[in-house]
Amino acid sequence: MNETPNLNSFKTGPDEDGRFGIFGGRFVAETLMPLILDLQDEWNKAKTDPEFQAELKHLGAHYIGRPSPLYFAERLTEHLGGAKIYFKREELNHTGSHKINNCIGQILLAKRMGKTRIIAETGAGQHGVASATVAARFGLPCVVYMGATDVERQAPNVFRMKLLGAEVKPVTAGSGTLKDAMNEALRDWVTNVDDTYYLIGTAAGPHPYPEMVRDFQAVIGTEARAQMLEAEGRLPDLVVAAVGGGSNAIGIFHPFLDDETVKIVGVEAGGKGLEGDEHCASITAGSPGVLHGNRTYLLQDGDGQIKEGHSISAGLDYPGIGPEHSWLADIGRVEYVPIMDHEALEAFQTLTRLEGIIPALEPSHAIAEVIKRAPKMGKDEIILMNLSGRGDKDIFTVGKLLGMGL
Amino acid sequence: MTARMDKRFADLAAEGRPALVTYFMGGDPDFETSLAIMKALPSAGSDIIELGMPFSDPMADGPAIQLAGQRALKGGQTLAKTLEIARRFRADDKDTPIVMMGYYNPIYIYGVERFLDDALEAGIDGLIVVDLPPEMDDELCIPALKKDINFIRLATPTTDDKRLPKVLENTSGFVYYVSMNGITGSALPDPTVVGGAVQRIKGHTKLPVCVGFGVKTAEHARAIGASADGVVVGTAIVNQVASSLTEDGKSTGATVPGVETLVRGLAAGVRSAKLVAAE
Repeated sequence: MNETPNLNSFKTGPDEDGRFGIFGGRFVAETLMPLILDLQDEWNKAKTDPEFQAELKHLGAHYIGRPSPLYFAERLTEHLGGAKIYFKREELNHTGSHKINNCIGQILLAKRMGKTRIIAETGAGQHGVASATVAARFGLPCVVYMGATDVERQAPNVFRMKLLGAEVKPVTAGSGTLKDAMNEALRDWVTNVDDTYYLIGTAAGPHPYPEMVRDFQAVIGTEARAQMLEAEGRLPDLVVAAVGGGSNAIGIFHPFLDDETVKIVGVEAGGKGLEGDEHCASITAGSPGVLHGNRTYLLQDGDGQIKEGHSISAGLDYPGIGPEHSWLADIGRVEYVPIMDHEALEAFQTLTRLEGIIPALEPSHAIAEVIKRAPKMGKDEIILMNLSGRGDKDIFTVGKLLGMGL
Repeated sequence: MTARMDKRFADLAAEGRPALVTYFMGGDPDFETSLAIMKALPSAGSDIIELGMPFSDPMADGPAIQLAGQRALKGGQTLAKTLEIARRFRADDKDTPIVMMGYYNPIYIYGVERFLDDALEAGIDGLIVVDLPPEMDDELCIPALKKDINFIRLATPTTDDKRLPKVLENTSGFVYYVSMNGITGSALPDPTVVGGAVQRIKGHTKLPVCVGFGVKTAEHARAIGASADGVVVGTAIVNQVASSLTEDGKSTGATVPGVETLVRGLAAGVRSAKLVAAE
């Protein structure tokens, strides 16, 4: 961090070893250590390089379509009869979600480092599509690892990635979902260390990824904060975002962390309920452990074996969470709550009908939380929610659940 | 206990041959069979035993060891039971060093201090924890060294001369040189290149250097053993176990003898390495 250290700030993390309190760190095989240290050096240089920042800004404006609008959801506000609801419209970005913000940043870094091959993991396929997109834009070959289960349930995104020239490798090892795709990507990286850049899609993994991905995504909160000041002349009372790995959430939360009057809520996938194993609420129902390069809250058994998560949304279907979220939860700055599959599905329909916006199932979890909270808040209060992705990819899942033929 | 490991390497040096280090997965395919495999290893010619601790997400391992871990977990294996395998083995064998190998999370959840106490009590001589590089030494390495348990570090082709001193700083017992950038079970690299790398590491440490990743046959063991203090074989043994199982993954009468035969062959390989070195 280049900011002046401020003991009263929540924005100074991580420390130089990549720790947010006890969370984060660099728990990786020795083969990867030199690469991770190289990446950190390059990232430290890029952060303060005006040329890098200018290129990032230029691509943000002309390729992604930034700034994304801040939208007052008038009919939803009216319908709920409480706080004014604003959406940060990340679903309007190129490729349809916030994922592209991070991908553009990281591929510029990969280029700086002279890497000639991109690998990525994906769950729902949004990060895979964003990775394949930037790889096409910069003319680099791209391999996307995706759990075999996800390849089946996210067929449209698989096709998009292939159209973009990426090779999609279905992962059958383990249980064939996002965590196994990440394991397989790490195996590829450890085998092809010389030419390959691993483009991690969320604010997790070994240091410096959690910090780097957060900083690329923080454009969401930085823009939203300024837009809100312009629209309302003040900050929101509540900021809400869905949390899987947590990159869209940390992106909108981070610029607000030191604003004492702003309450912040992260929404985890409660799946079919927290009593059994069919959820992905790592913070609400998990415990600290070490996986994929960092210490963070995980879904695990008493022997430290990682469990499979479940969510209606493939993008939230990960048994861990970014380490900064774990820290923010422990120190109490951010509240994390679960939303069940059926609540998200209802919210998906409510938003579609009231605002003419088909949201992805991931932010539908955040919408469900907004629907719970807004009526209990005053009409002079303001909620800001990150509408992180659009729902085109989810229409088949939703159609099936609602018993509608497509 | 570091003394057992040091004595083993000193004896082998006197004999003038490299060590055969054999890896198997604790609890694969079940507790009793894997205990029988462990007990059979020394007489088949294994000098040092690596006892694998199964983990649901073994990021540095290839499909063979990953599947072995899954079989073990499915059979109800836990870290406590893996320690129990070592304890029962140690009751009969006081000399063969045991190194537990795996990933950090199960140890972290078990509790570091509790794990080290139980490991010491079970007769464990060293630990290899794949996802704990020197940057994370405060987690387990330093506490282990304080209790006189070796912490064996992996060095890889990406560990250059600048980084080697950091990797070697808190390493004890031996150095495990990973012969290639990749996962366990890959193809064997050129023994000459590996020999050069071992010499490079030896320029930085007096510790024995053992080489693993890619060694599958007696011939490999001989070729690699000619330039190293030890040869580690893992995937070949795990594959041997897998090939002996019934369709639903149960052990058969061929499981333990199959491993014994394989290890006997590998042992002959390292014993002939001395001759190669002399040529």
